[in-house]
Parts: sequence; C-alpha cells; structure tokens
Amino acid sequence: MQRDASFGERAWALGVWAVTGFFMLNLFAMIATVVVNSFGTRWFATWLPAGYTARWYALVWDEFQLPDILIVTVEVVAAVVVVSGILGVPAAYAMARRNFPGKRAAMALFLLPLLVPPFTYGIPLATVLYQAHLAGTIWGVILANLVPTVPFVILIMIPFIEQIDPRVEAAARVFGARTPRLFARILVPLLAPGILSALLLVLVRTIAMFELTFLTAGPTSQTLVVALYYAVFAAGVRPGQSIDAMAVVYMAATLIWLLVTLRFVSPTQIVGRARR
Amino acid sequence: MPFLPAPKGMDARAKREHDVVASSGMADMSQSATSPPLPRIAMAADHLPLRARLREHGLDGATLLVLPALLFVIALFVYPFLYGLYLSFTPMKGNALANYTRFFSDPFLYSTIRITLVLAVPVTVLNVVAAIPVALRVRLMRHQRLITAILVIPITLGTVLVAEGLLTYLGPIGWVNRVLLGSGLVAHPVRLVHNYWGVFLSLVITGFPFTFLLVLSYVTGIDPSLENAAAVLGARARARFRRILLPLLVPGLTITLALSFVQAFSVFPSAVLLGAPAGPTRVISIAAYQAAFEQYDYSMASAIAMLMAAVQVLVVVALLAMRGLVYRGPAATGKG
Repeated sequence: MQRDASFGERAWALGVWAVTGFFMLNLFAMIATVVVNSFGTRWFATWLPAGYTARWYALVWDEFQLPDILIVTVEVVAAVVVVSGILGVPAAYAMARRNFPGKRAAMALFLLPLLVPPFTYGIPLATVLYQAHLAGTIWGVILANLVPTVPFVILIMIPFIEQIDPRVEAAARVFGARTPRLFARILVPLLAPGILSALLLVLVRTIAMFELTFLTAGPTSQTLVVALYYAVFAAGVRPGQSIDAMAVVYMAATLIWLLVTLRFVSPTQIVGRARR
Repeated sequence: MPFLPAPKGMDARAKREHDVVASSGMADMSQSATSPPLPRIAMAADHLPLRARLREHGLDGATLLVLPALLFVIALFVYPFLYGLYLSFTPMKGNALANYTRFFSDPFLYSTIRITLVLAVPVTVLNVVAAIPVALRVRLMRHQRLITAILVIPITLGTVLVAEGLLTYLGPIGWVNRVLLGSGLVAHPVRLVHNYWGVFLSLVITGFPFTFLLVLSYVTGIDPSLENAAAVLGARARARFRRILLPLLVPGLTITLALSFVQAFSVFPSAVLLGAPAGPTRVISIAAYQAAFEQYDYSMASAIAMLMAAVQVLVVVALLAMRGLVYRGPAATGKG
C-alpha cells in the first residue's frame, strides 16, 4: 500500500499509537498492582510496599480452602472440556457434511447461546437447575458451563471439517468403515489440530467463566473465579493482600493456558466468529 | 505366487526363511486389500433401499450425530428461556402481569434500565470508535500477533480480576492517583472507584480488546487492492477511509456494536465490586440477581431477565434497521 507522509497523517498515526500504548500501560500497571500487593507486607501511601513476604499465599492455602477450590475448578473444567468435545465434534461433523431439514434452525440454535450474554440466560437456567436440585452441586455447575461451550466447539469445528477432502471419508466408507470407526481412524487424527484448539479455547473460557458458575454454584462447588468474587465482595473480612494472592493464583491458571492456546490459535479466534 | 528375488550366494536355509517371510507378507497384504470389504459391500447392498429412502430426507446415521448437542441446547437453553417467560407471568401474588406492572411502577426497579443504558451506550460507542483507527493501523503491522495477544489478556482474565485490580490501582492511594497528585494536576485524590467511573473504566478495559479483535477480523477481510486502487486514483487517507473502508466495514461494525452493547448491558461483577451497587450503578442484572437470590422470587427474577433480553433485542434490531437505512448501496455488500 502506498504510504502517505503528510504531517497530519503522521500525527494521526502517532496519536493512535499513543492511545494504544496508554491502554497497554494501564493494563500492565493494573496487573502489576495485584502481583506486587500479593507479596507486600504493608502498602500504604508509598509507591511500593514496605517489605515483601510470601505468607499471604500460605494463608490463602491453609485457611481459605484454596486446595478445595482448585480441585473443584479442575474437575469442572475437565468435565466441561471432555463433554463439550464429545457432544460438539460429532454434531459439527453432521452440520458440516449433511443437508437435513431444519439445518438452518439448528445453526441458529447453536449461535444463540454464544450471542446472548450469560447473565441474561443464566437466571432462567439457574431457576430450572434449582428445581431439578442440580444447582448448588458440581453437576449443575458443569451443565451450566456446557451451554455456551458445546455450540462454541461446533462453530469452531465446522470449518476444520469442511476442509477435509470428502473423498478420504468416502474411501474409508467404501472399505467398510462405519461412522464410529470413521471417527476413530480418519476424522479424529485429521482433525487433531482443530479439536486441540477448540478444546483449549473451551478450557480458557471455562476457567474464566464467572456468570454461569456464580449463578449455579453452591458453597462446595465454587470455582476459582467465583471464590475470588466472594473474596473481593467481602473485602475487609480478610487481609487485602490475601485476596490479591488468590487473584495471582487465578491469573497464573488463566494465563498459562492462554499462552498454550496462543501457540495453536490466532488471538482473534478467542472472541470467536473470526471468518477466513 | 511370485517370490521376492533372493540375493545371490544365499544358502539354502536362509533362502527358505526369506521365501516364507516374503510369502506371508504377500498373503497379509492381499487379505487386507481384498477380503474384508467384500462381505460388507454385500451387507450395505442389503440395506440400500431403506438407507436411500432416509437419505432422500437428508437423514442417515451421520446426521443423527447432531441430535445429542441439539437436545442439550434445547434442554438447557431454549427450555429455561421459555420456562422463564412462563414463570414471569405467574407471579407470587397478583394477576399475570403483576411482575411487569411492579417493575414499571417502582423507580428502584425501572431506573435500572436507564442506569444500565447510561453505562453501556457510551462505553460501547467509545470502544468501537477507538477500535477502528487502532485496527486500521495494526493490520499493516508485522508484529500484529504480539499486539493482539497482549490485548487478549484482559478478555481472558475476565471482569472479576479486572475489578479487583482496578480497586487498588485506581483507589485513593493507588498508582493513578499518586501520578496525578505528584504531577500537580489535582490537589486531592480523584475518586475513581465505587462510582460510575470505576465501572466505566472496567468496561473499557475488558470491552475495548473485544471490540478491537472483532473489528480487526473485519478490517483484515477487506481486499487491500480496493484501497490501493483508490490511492492510485489520488484519494488521501481520509477519503479512502470515508469512501472505501467505512462503507465496507458498516455491516461488520453493526455486528460489533450489537455484540459489545449486549455484553456491556449485562455487566454484573464490576458494577457490584467497583461501582455503587445500591445507587448510581445499580444495573439491571443486580436487580435480577437480588430478586432471585436475596428475595427468592424466581418469578420476578425471570421477569427482569426477560426485560433485560427484551432491551438487548430492541437495541440490536434498531442497530440492524439503522444499517439498512444508512447504507443500502452495493458498497455495503461489495467484496469484503
């Protein structure tokens, strides 16, 4: 593209960069505040804390049930990842390869849970789950979290499946492979990169999914992000640094998986619906 | 059966073994290549009429794979919504519309719609307007991936963590106020948390990257040769943006506006943690939450959730209608 170099256009470009840089500076400073405070002994009216300690982490670990919360988080996230893969990938195959009556309606149904914000459908969903005596248990939390992730896997997988040459499947069928065998021997190996990125995105989204977990979790089925919310909500009950220690644990859990995910997917895919 | 040629000078015993290996290998190969498919093809032929009939309706075994996911979404998304709609018309006391009349006669309840709109609309407009120039710049960059990866961080961390971080960062003794005081811009710490601005800024931190990434995916979808052609014909940057890029972006921008608005309108954690949830930032989701989990009035909570969805649908429909009014030329549907 031809580069313009008039003064106004250069100033404009500089302004755009200044605003972006300012945004990122504040973002990193905000994260740094949390990390610094979690290691600080006492921090009041100075640039940095008076001293550094790791005891807030010990406190969170020993007295605020961090191990239990982490176990629940791992259980919920693992179940959501596995089940959304099992439900989502075959459905994506049918959506990509077959034309059946009502396919457009099915597509609209799969899009809606991704477009409607979780808090809007979370309240009726929690009501139904409470009546089924599932809310308040880990099962309710898993079911609620699957509502956006199953359609998410389907939408991510459809383009991956469409790019597989149908003749490969046809050949396998000619040689007698039924659908389960076709999946096990042909599709899953060929789709491995797609499945991996879809499930990693589900993993990152589920760790950070606040609204649905918050509306359906009971005292023993809180994930890390919900426990963090309650800790901030009841600030004053416990030392502020211990809340930030919990926040750092949460950030570490999220950002490590984000780094892994970014090795396989483009960042624009995290907001979904990126078309190519 | 043809044997592999044995190398010259091989003794008799070695040759015999070589032959056995070769022949058994051949036998395996021929078996796997021909014998198993035969009975299956015959079997498939037996079922052909039934399958063909089903396939005429677009249904075969593979189509059924969509059913589990479809039933799941119907059971846990469609059914709760319809049930919530029904529940909202069966209030704990009064006639069928009692929840809705109560909502619109109690200022503590109906004002939540205005409060949420006053937060969500400016934030959405600011985020989208700011995202366009940044996206147009970033698309020309080589380190595009690094910038997008950094901007994905606040989306991934989520509103709860951003709220906790901003509480300290923007607080009276946080770094922002220290910089402002130290530079002499203000005489007293600026109040940025537990009010409107705390929620506003948290919605910018999590919302701007979201809109930016969506706008970027639309901007990179525009064929660069269109802009090059305009530049060759003498259009400067401003004219190229107004006459080429903007019309092509309008459909994508409408969707971005709709999605960002809907996200901002359902704000909850930061309105509670960073705002003043009893007054100036008592958004509609707080009202719905309190009805459900503090008053245990699921009927009223469903009514508020339905109103929340209704406002979102109204705004999205209005946005789509506006797009139809403003741009209806071929440019909007041009190659993008």
